[in-house]
Amino acid sequence: MRVLAAACVASLLVLACEREDRQLHQSAEASKPPIAIGPTGAPPQLTSVQAGPSIAEPRTTNPDEGRAYDVAQGKQWFKWYNCSGCHANGGGDKGPALMDDLWIYGAQPQNIFASIVEGRPNGMPSFGRRIPEAQVWQLVAYVRSMSGLVASDVATSRDDRMQTKTPENRTKAEPPKQQSTASPGEPGK
Amino acid sequence: MRFAAKAIAVVSFLAASLLSATLALAQWTPPPEDGQWTMAGKDYSARRYSGLDQITTANVAQLRPVFSFSTGVLRGHEAAPIVAGSTMYLVTPYPNRVYALDLSKPGAPIKWKFEPKPAAASQGQACCDVVNRGGVFDDGRFIFNTLDGQTIALDANTGRQLWRTQLADINKGETITMAPLVVKGKVLVGNSGGEYGARGWLTALDARNGSTVWRAFSTGSDKDVLIGSNYKPFYAKERGTDLGISSWQPEGWKIGGGTVWGWLSYDPALDLVYYGTANPAPWNPHQRPGDNKWTSGIFARSPDTGEARWFYQLSPHDLHDYDGVNESILVDMQVNGAMRTVLLHPDRNGYMYVMDRSNGEVISATPYVPVNTSTGVDLQTGALKYVPEKEPQIGKVVRDACPASPGGKDWQPSAYSPRTHLLYVPHQNICQDVEAAQATYIAATPFIGMTVRMNAGPGGKRGEFSAWDPTTNKKAWQIVEDFPVWSGALVTAGDVVFYGTLDGWFKAVDAKTGAVLWQYATGSGVIGQPIAYRGPDGKEYIAVLSGVGGWAGAVVSGDLDVRDPTAATGFANLLGDLKMKTTKGGTLHVFALP
Repeated sequence: MRVLAAACVASLLVLACEREDRQLHQSAEASKPPIAIGPTGAPPQLTSVQAGPSIAEPRTTNPDEGRAYDVAQGKQWFKWYNCSGCHANGGGDKGPALMDDLWIYGAQPQNIFASIVEGRPNGMPSFGRRIPEAQVWQLVAYVRSMSGLVASDVATSRDDRMQTKTPENRTKAEPPKQQSTASPGEPGK
Repeated sequence: MRFAAKAIAVVSFLAASLLSATLALAQWTPPPEDGQWTMAGKDYSARRYSGLDQITTANVAQLRPVFSFSTGVLRGHEAAPIVAGSTMYLVTPYPNRVYALDLSKPGAPIKWKFEPKPAAASQGQACCDVVNRGGVFDDGRFIFNTLDGQTIALDANTGRQLWRTQLADINKGETITMAPLVVKGKVLVGNSGGEYGARGWLTALDARNGSTVWRAFSTGSDKDVLIGSNYKPFYAKERGTDLGISSWQPEGWKIGGGTVWGWLSYDPALDLVYYGTANPAPWNPHQRPGDNKWTSGIFARSPDTGEARWFYQLSPHDLHDYDGVNESILVDMQVNGAMRTVLLHPDRNGYMYVMDRSNGEVISATPYVPVNTSTGVDLQTGALKYVPEKEPQIGKVVRDACPASPGGKDWQPSAYSPRTHLLYVPHQNICQDVEAAQATYIAATPFIGMTVRMNAGPGGKRGEFSAWDPTTNKKAWQIVEDFPVWSGALVTAGDVVFYGTLDGWFKAVDAKTGAVLWQYATGSGVIGQPIAYRGPDGKEYIAVLSGVGGWAGAVVSGDLDVRDPTAATGFANLLGDLKMKTTKGGTLHVFALP
């Protein structure tokens, strides 16, 4: 019985260790995701319709989305860089909601990276040259976690502050929907 | 000798006539009704009282829509339509289009349109929707502000631009949303941006060419605040040297708020302009120890030079974002048997202030909503007596602070009738839970440091429209509303009061009893300022913009996700159901009797 219990605890511990795939001992350079924008990266695509026969859209993966530490860091930057001042805890305020399924400027990591770095014309300031790129990728991972787009075992749980929305690790994934930018001041991100 | 005696006689005669002139002027009353509505508050007293009396309590039930006009903008419409001669002028929320409508023709067709094309980026620098509170007509000009911080004067007949002046800088989180006022040839304009750490100011521009005559800051040195030898506040707490610096932590005043986005009024007899200053920045009070002069208070200034005459801080070291920008309505009334020139100021901190407008003395301060963040105002010292248990804390949720940050009443202006001697106050009934946190100052991003969740106040209803009797300091009557009443009020000589609701009703009520006599579903939440005017045909008309938005309506106009109770700085927790009660879209509605 005691052996069984010990085995259970051991297997739980092992499982707990497996909850994310950490890549340790890699250089800072290698841990950075490929640059999503600019002449060498994959240009973000903001519509699902492509002229002519279909060509697979290059996707940038953000390794930070697989690491709880980076998502949690993103959550911290989200407050420290005043993202929460405009987007609240995901429901939106001066800026649009981030926890819903509506996206003007694309839901892929490279799209969100571009929105943060470039800014957007209807009010989103540019944070390029203000926030280090590595931190932007952490923010990107956190922003996607707000609508359940990162794995629940990596997403953050409820924090030690005033209860706001459902914690990210209990947020059901909301498949992204494209939203028009036709009217200035319209919602979406 | 004879010459000297004669000179003395002449001088004393002059002095006597000057004195009598002053006395005569001291009984200043608003000008007689001219059928127009040339400034947001109707006239300098800001009473929003129309002398028109065709529409009465007896016939208002027959009121019907005569024309409407879509503004083509989906955000919150807080402006008052402006009527001068046979033209109506409308300013939309961002992108701040101006329409002149020809009231002399059937259906009021567009006479001209002006597109100021403000910077799109300004939309991200506006705390509480991209609203505009309207323009002003003065001496053949139509003057208004743009969200990106410009003041623009147009030829009122043609819409041709006469001048434009860039005043606010969106790179510092400054915008302009307020309605300007023109006093003695000077256009008075203040900034918004207290939620972005903008430093507040009121600026006077020459109405002829838009050049700056003076600018009075709300923080900083006495020189910057235009405090000089003629500054004579009533209370000792407002006296000292450079309090706009010393009542802050070092450098805090530079990003300290005190913006001027609310209402101005003017007493021509005393030659004083009155306005309120907004909250100190950030909201988190632990980051700004001190009284934070000259935020959350009322200034009286000379319009010619801008010099301060008196100041009264309503909420020193403002703990709850109770900025003091609400309207100061100028009234003469009996106080303890003596006639006093007063201003009536329903403040966000929950008190109805009756103040002597000649010197800044608080005659009375009475709660008009449930208040638990303070226990009263000490009339000897002028101090607001805060309740320490309700002070926001870092790392701890402070619950049930009443009134909430939007206050007992926010920007939505009241109306006063000299016939009933009542003040008609559109307001809310809300409390909140808050938790403070360290706010980082990054220019052009919010500087708040507070997580907020609002709830309905005692009784469970979120809004109220009350008639306040300033002589007895009691409500004469009240109408309980489910939603906060976020529209302005209008009262007419027909003893009819008008206001609108967030779920889209526009209502007419009996000014004496509060009985609802008529209502009309406008199609979108009403947060505009109703007006009355006499059309070219001699008939009385009532006009109002509908179009939900503003801080309270942002859950609808900004399509916010109310599963986050802190969205819209806490309004999402209070007004999640509004999304099922109204939709967005700006429309002008004009009503008349058959």
